[in-house]
Amino acid sequence: MIAITNLVEIRNCRQAYHKDSNADLVVLDNVDLTLAEGEIVGLLGRSGSGKSTLLRIVAGLLTPTSGDVRWRGVPMTGPAPGVAMVFQSFALFPWLTVEENVELGLEALGIGRAERADRAEAAIDLIGLGGFESAFPKELSGGMRQRVGLARALVVQPELLLMDEPFSALDVLTAETLRTDLIDLWMEKKLPIKSILMVTHNIEEAVLMCDRILVFASNPGRVASEIKVPFAHPRNRHDAAFRQMVDDIYALMTRRAPTPPPAIASPAAAAGFATRLHPVNTNLLAGLMETLVAAPYGGRADLPALADDLQMELDELFPLGEVLHLLQFAVLEEGDIRLLDAARAFVDADTDTRKTMFAAALRTQVPLIAAIRRTLDERWNHRAPALRFRDELEDHMSPDYAEETLDAVIGWGRYAELFSYDDESGQFSLDDIEVGQ
Amino acid sequence: MARSILPIALGGRRLPNIWDITAVLCVFGGLVALSHSARGTLVPLSALETSAITLDPWALPDYALRTTLRMFAALAASLLFTFTYAPLAAKSRRAGLIMVPILDILQSVPVLGFLTFTIAFFMALFPGQVMGLELAAIFAIFTSQAWNMAFSFYQSLTTVPGDLDEACKGFRLTAWQRFWRLEVPFAMPGLVWNTMLSMSAGWFFVVASEAISLGDTTWKLPGIGSYVAMALDQKDLGAIAWAILAMLLVILAYDQLLFRPLVAWSAKFRFETTASAEVEDPWMLRLIRRTHVLRVAGGKLGDGLTWFGGLRIAFPQFRPAREAAPTRLGDAVFGLCVGSAAIYAIWAIATYVAADLSWSDVGETLVLGLITLLRVMVLMVLASLIWVPIGVWLGLRPTWARRVQPVAQFLAAFPANLLFPPFVIVIVAFKLNPDIFLTPLMVLGTQWYILFNVIAGAAAFPGDLQEAAKNFRVGGWLWWRRVILPGILPYYVTGAITASGGSWNAAIVSEVAAWGDDKIAAHGLGAYIAQATERGNFHQIVLGVAVMSLFVVLVNRFFWRPIYAHTSRRATMT
Repeated sequence: MIAITNLVEIRNCRQAYHKDSNADLVVLDNVDLTLAEGEIVGLLGRSGSGKSTLLRIVAGLLTPTSGDVRWRGVPMTGPAPGVAMVFQSFALFPWLTVEENVELGLEALGIGRAERADRAEAAIDLIGLGGFESAFPKELSGGMRQRVGLARALVVQPELLLMDEPFSALDVLTAETLRTDLIDLWMEKKLPIKSILMVTHNIEEAVLMCDRILVFASNPGRVASEIKVPFAHPRNRHDAAFRQMVDDIYALMTRRAPTPPPAIASPAAAAGFATRLHPVNTNLLAGLMETLVAAPYGGRADLPALADDLQMELDELFPLGEVLHLLQFAVLEEGDIRLLDAARAFVDADTDTRKTMFAAALRTQVPLIAAIRRTLDERWNHRAPALRFRDELEDHMSPDYAEETLDAVIGWGRYAELFSYDDESGQFSLDDIEVGQ
Repeated sequence: MARSILPIALGGRRLPNIWDITAVLCVFGGLVALSHSARGTLVPLSALETSAITLDPWALPDYALRTTLRMFAALAASLLFTFTYAPLAAKSRRAGLIMVPILDILQSVPVLGFLTFTIAFFMALFPGQVMGLELAAIFAIFTSQAWNMAFSFYQSLTTVPGDLDEACKGFRLTAWQRFWRLEVPFAMPGLVWNTMLSMSAGWFFVVASEAISLGDTTWKLPGIGSYVAMALDQKDLGAIAWAILAMLLVILAYDQLLFRPLVAWSAKFRFETTASAEVEDPWMLRLIRRTHVLRVAGGKLGDGLTWFGGLRIAFPQFRPAREAAPTRLGDAVFGLCVGSAAIYAIWAIATYVAADLSWSDVGETLVLGLITLLRVMVLMVLASLIWVPIGVWLGLRPTWARRVQPVAQFLAAFPANLLFPPFVIVIVAFKLNPDIFLTPLMVLGTQWYILFNVIAGAAAFPGDLQEAAKNFRVGGWLWWRRVILPGILPYYVTGAITASGGSWNAAIVSEVAAWGDDKIAAHGLGAYIAQATERGNFHQIVLGVAVMSLFVVLVNRFFWRPIYAHTSRRATMT
């Protein structure tokens, strides 16, 4: 029997942030991950599902709260020598030239100047940056910058390459070129790496590149399912089996995403303080409904196709659908979005009626907004500090999420003219609001 | 042609040119001058009395050189301080808790008032030697330079971009390598800019600290400051004019030779990912880049620094962040130590001051402080009324802005105390009321900060907003109120904060003035401190400086800081 060499083994990994007042905020719960040699593994999920956290644990940048992390069978105590990372934002040093950026990791290893130069030159040529050695990052386009990021990671001859949404800051065409270039190098075995672990929120990208996809679910972050991609490289996006797999993953991710908050009889849940809301622009909501009502959709659309038509990423489209679902303007089911009658009425209405409809939906479906409005109505001066609601939110979610949720509530409440908000003083009020609806 | 005659040198890569020779001459000349000046520091104090300051203009180059050397000695000390204090405050959470506020207070304390103490201290360190005086003067300059440099460095250290930090950790750079590869370069533009501002502040102090009197004794270190003090004593107008000229030349030289190139060079480290508009290099930087010898030397220096920063010195290795509750016990011990130190400090100051002074003295200084506060406020309003319209006018005209901006910065660097004598002569001659007519001296040096910040603000005012205003025919007062003033407000406030802080310091030297035997003084806290210094009354000095610090800190906290926070919030789109 041939023993399979595992690069990384993670068992029972849990990452939680300690909160003084309340239960710990769990970012990752009970996650297992095994990385073998010779595979490309994708971590796919929405923002906030803990996939980037897991990547940083593998990189040795974070130590999990509990769980066992091993690199080649040895417990990990910091960044391992055989691991290199490529960043979403490229993370290039603006004051170093392309060559100096690439040499950075070699310098850290204490490698002599001559060898450094040789190896950097080789990596730069391999990744298609020859001729740009003395350029500074700001002179390069986004795609070229990410090539520098790749060369910098490859030059230290890592066994495992980590990529954190490496193509999401690039335009569509550039991203595609980089993906295929990387896969070509991988298939031709020109790369020193034995395995790649990448984070993405783009389903097609995951199916295009990975041999195995771990789909993450949120709150708490965990691996919802594991999918093996059986296609050989190079893969064809228009292949029927490829499309089917993308559709299946969409369905998988919509199925568990929008379930309404569990009906726990806690006062916090009743007041809406336990639900995280995405600050989605009301113009986008209206625009999406209008698009869906019109031809060719006729009130129903397949999410992957819709994302393609609208040139939107999964992370942009999902929240929109979820909010429509929450406000009962639409239903998300099995990778499809279907408009309800309320949405058709909304699209036909004029501005004022739209606002009234939106306000009614908010007050019945978003308990937090109802609570804010109730508080304002009850107070003699019709004012309330946002801080108060934020504190309560923070008892149930991370400060970042609380901020986002509050942003969402402020934006929607303003549009629906349910309340005013003064950013300077951080106060909700009923100034300029017609009371008595 | 000179080029073809010279032998091939330096591996024959390129022939040395005329600039190489000039450069070599400059370097050796500098070395000779340096050793000459340094020799004077170890002589006994008595030598100072025998070699009295002469008002001969030909002595001025020597004096100017000595003054400049003091400046650079202080600058070196400030850099050393910056590179130790700021990393310590940034890296240790507990140390930062107390070190950052200390820095903030030190920034606003009128250090000029402390001159007397530091002199006593350094004289005790080197009894009977000029070295003690020299160090006291250098220390005075240091106190005017170090704080904002350290503060800028600290702020950069705490705002290092997260992804670059992760990249450093991921590639396993040691803490030492990370410091020199990431943190120092990231801090460079801010540090260079603040160093330049510090140098400007330093000229003011070097002039004030060379002629040192402690009670009855007065020492005059050879330098421009002493030269001016001497000229004031002897009512020599011509000598004062020569001193001003010498100072102008010195500042012009250091500005052109050192800071213009430095600022242009440091732009390379600016953290931006888009290429900004190309600005032409200052001539000195061009010279360095084109001169073979200088370029090779610069390259070697860079290589040396790269090697130095690349050393794999392993400080405590990076430990991945684990979310852990901070140790309560450690915090408690730390808090106890700081707390008891603070209580002891209060007790020490109170007993020291109370030994000689009563509550009525405290009341008196508070009233005098209010008078000086009124002065500063009135001057800020007047200076703003004059310079804001001018600055806006200039800033909206790019060609003018480019021409005037260096001049305004230059004027801000010029030590205003050199310009006091002409004013004093007029006041004495016409027997003007010193309470009113000594006042403008306070902003003589600091008003330029308002001007060049307003110019910068107006120059950065978005073109589309200007066009929108024109398109809707917004004009007259409405344009000022709704368009340009809110647009430049953050810049204006930055300038006004610097100007008002500087004015408090200037109060100590500008509320009293002398022309020969005629002494005039205004009512105010600055005059109180200055007169206490002259009498050698340490208790009064401590009280005066403490009250002035209190005023400055309170005004900063309750006036400038809220305004600054408000304007910078308002002026951004995000």
